[in-house]
Amino acid sequence: MDDLAVQTYKVQEIISRWGPKPDLVIEMLHDIQTEFKYLPEQALNQICREVGVRLATLYHIATFYNAFSLTPRGKHQICVCMGTPCHALGAPRIVEAIERHLKVKCGGTTEDLKFTLEVSGCVGTCGLAPIVIVDGELHGLVTPVNVSKVIDRYSD
Amino acid sequence: MPYRANMMVCAGTGCVSNHSLELKQALEEEIQKRGLTDEVQVVPTGCNGFCGAGPIVVVQPDGIFYQLLKVKDIPYLVEEHLLKGRPVPRLMYVPPEEKTPIPKMNDIGFFKGQMLVALRNRGMIDPENIDDYIARDGYRSLAKVLTTMTPDEVIGVIKASGLRGRGGGGFPTGIKWESCKKAEGDIKYVICNADEGDPGAFMDRSIIEGDPHSVLEGMAIGAYAIGVSQGYIYVRIEYPLAIQRFRIALKQARDYGLLGDNIFGTGFSFDVDIRRGAGAFVCGESTALMASVEGRPGEPRAKYIHTVEHGLWNRPTCLNNVETWATVPVIILRGVEWFTSIGTGDVSQNPWGGSKGTKVFSLAGKINNTGLVEVPMGITLREMIYDVGGGIPKGRKFKAVQTGGPSGGFLPTELLDLQVDYEQLTEAGSMMGSGGMVVMDEDNCMVDMAKYFLTFTQDESCGKCTPCREGTLQMLEILKRICEGKGVPEDIQLLEDLSHFVIDASLCALGGSAPNPVLTSLRYFRDEYITHIRDKKCPAHICRDLNVYTIDPELCLVKGHGCGVCRRQCPDSAIVGEKNQVHNIDQELCKKCGVCLDVCKFDAVKVA
Repeated sequence: MDDLAVQTYKVQEIISRWGPKPDLVIEMLHDIQTEFKYLPEQALNQICREVGVRLATLYHIATFYNAFSLTPRGKHQICVCMGTPCHALGAPRIVEAIERHLKVKCGGTTEDLKFTLEVSGCVGTCGLAPIVIVDGELHGLVTPVNVSKVIDRYSD
Repeated sequence: MPYRANMMVCAGTGCVSNHSLELKQALEEEIQKRGLTDEVQVVPTGCNGFCGAGPIVVVQPDGIFYQLLKVKDIPYLVEEHLLKGRPVPRLMYVPPEEKTPIPKMNDIGFFKGQMLVALRNRGMIDPENIDDYIARDGYRSLAKVLTTMTPDEVIGVIKASGLRGRGGGGFPTGIKWESCKKAEGDIKYVICNADEGDPGAFMDRSIIEGDPHSVLEGMAIGAYAIGVSQGYIYVRIEYPLAIQRFRIALKQARDYGLLGDNIFGTGFSFDVDIRRGAGAFVCGESTALMASVEGRPGEPRAKYIHTVEHGLWNRPTCLNNVETWATVPVIILRGVEWFTSIGTGDVSQNPWGGSKGTKVFSLAGKINNTGLVEVPMGITLREMIYDVGGGIPKGRKFKAVQTGGPSGGFLPTELLDLQVDYEQLTEAGSMMGSGGMVVMDEDNCMVDMAKYFLTFTQDESCGKCTPCREGTLQMLEILKRICEGKGVPEDIQLLEDLSHFVIDASLCALGGSAPNPVLTSLRYFRDEYITHIRDKKCPAHICRDLNVYTIDPELCLVKGHGCGVCRRQCPDSAIVGEKNQVHNIDQELCKKCGVCLDVCKFDAVKVA
């Protein structure tokens, strides 16, 4: 099977997991986002056909919610928490330090498609602020200096 | 307890990221090695709240509290405490600026002032085991309600208890239930709002991760009272562990017949589904949340259509927050008299007349004991910050506490004796919100914090109504301008005018409360705005465009021996100097990024 066929198959599986119900479309998009790390155009077309939700609505949802992305992400997702305690303890400087280290702007992906750098809302582990999450793993008490070491652990 | 000792290992998100699961495994292996498997049990628990001290292990039944544990401490801990019966002082909590460790959990300042209602099972149960919950009176309230009370009696109890919504608004829960029950329609819904979006607030996450069944039981009681057979839990995607715990809890409750058809053989049927949020703050607003559950973008609608009459799929819907649902079973079990004895005011005549019971707060920011606390309503801010929170780290001076998240405000030193309840916080210009408390010290800039919150609300504004979409944007532009040193004296008046306009004209509570951080910072910290605008200075040196970076030649040479790290790290090549010589910053080239300050190990870089 070529890539597109594999993708179609996987999306089909996700649709059947939830049943073709329009009100569950956000749940499906979550699973697609988890599977492919973004929402491929063909996947949205497929949902439109199979579930009966207008493509415009799907794009409205995809662009409205922060959890979804329409462009491919890097292999590793770096997320800097932007909750109030993290901000008060220097999260903006952490973002800048990572931007400098990876030579990427916040929201972007490195040229080698290894890292995507983003910020998120409060992740609720404020006792460890400031916090950086890489591929779901939480790293607390980071500093502008030690954050590059944290990132480098994932660079293989 | 069949075991001599129970090692309660905290498995909340904070402790897990500090490797508490490795700790648990090491404990189990060591206990097995020492042949104690029949005597000692290792239990993973929900969040203990004291996240700053993680990873935490509490030895029950004695309540000995161990903190900041490492895997290498385990063999010694097992040998000393479990084999020889000698607790290990060096692994215990020592209050800041003191020397004597405190062995027992309940003697520690952080825990002493607390009163656990919504968090009643904190650290005592394995959240993934329904039997643990049942052993601590779990589902007893549901049984009592279904077998001995009529729906109206249940609503009567909740109304009389004075319980008010813990998600922020403080609407009396009993009245909401009653209106939903009275609303016309065969099919109705209950919803648990677990879209805890306020930055710096994590009480709902902790309750779900630590005691998911308490929420399900509360929802089932509410469903019975209102006449509902389907409930939804809306959890934000940022809380993966909470979603997982809910899924496990739902399955277990269904297996035990505590959810599903004909619960306790009473003919009452109720089930719950989980819907995952997708990273939109506005979805914490009830109508936006319901739109999202329906599979649409989470845009709110006008408030005059009440959700208790026309909510989810236009049917009567009762939405309450996680903490509210978790409190319900306790009220049923322990009674109105007990609940109303806690808190402020009098709710016997007017449901808005007081704040009853306890409230969970998350303490974070510049505070020694960061974490989650549950305290009686009416505690003062001073008690919260200094007794429970242990004061400000490094002997710094308290500047402000921010309550209520982006919808709340900053409260200054003069208001430290303010009692924490719905009315008093609102009067001071802030609000209860969901219970986040972020403490700031003299190193924080209030203009910058106001800008931070407005950046947040501006970004999260859904864009449906103009006052919120455009108003917050214009306010943010003004704040940015002030932080960049381009502010003009008229900006303060303009900010105030815009604030009132956005509050009055916005469609939902997001816009209606977004200017609060700006208004309270203007009310209590106006001087800082003036210094930014008139003197082009940021007293806390946070607004970097107003900073001037210099290098102290003596420190650079004597301590740092002209190490050159700053020169190599400076992205704009603004630092000059030979190796082993004094370095200097070229102010023409300096873009004020502050890297030199971050990397200098000798404190030679100075900001003015």
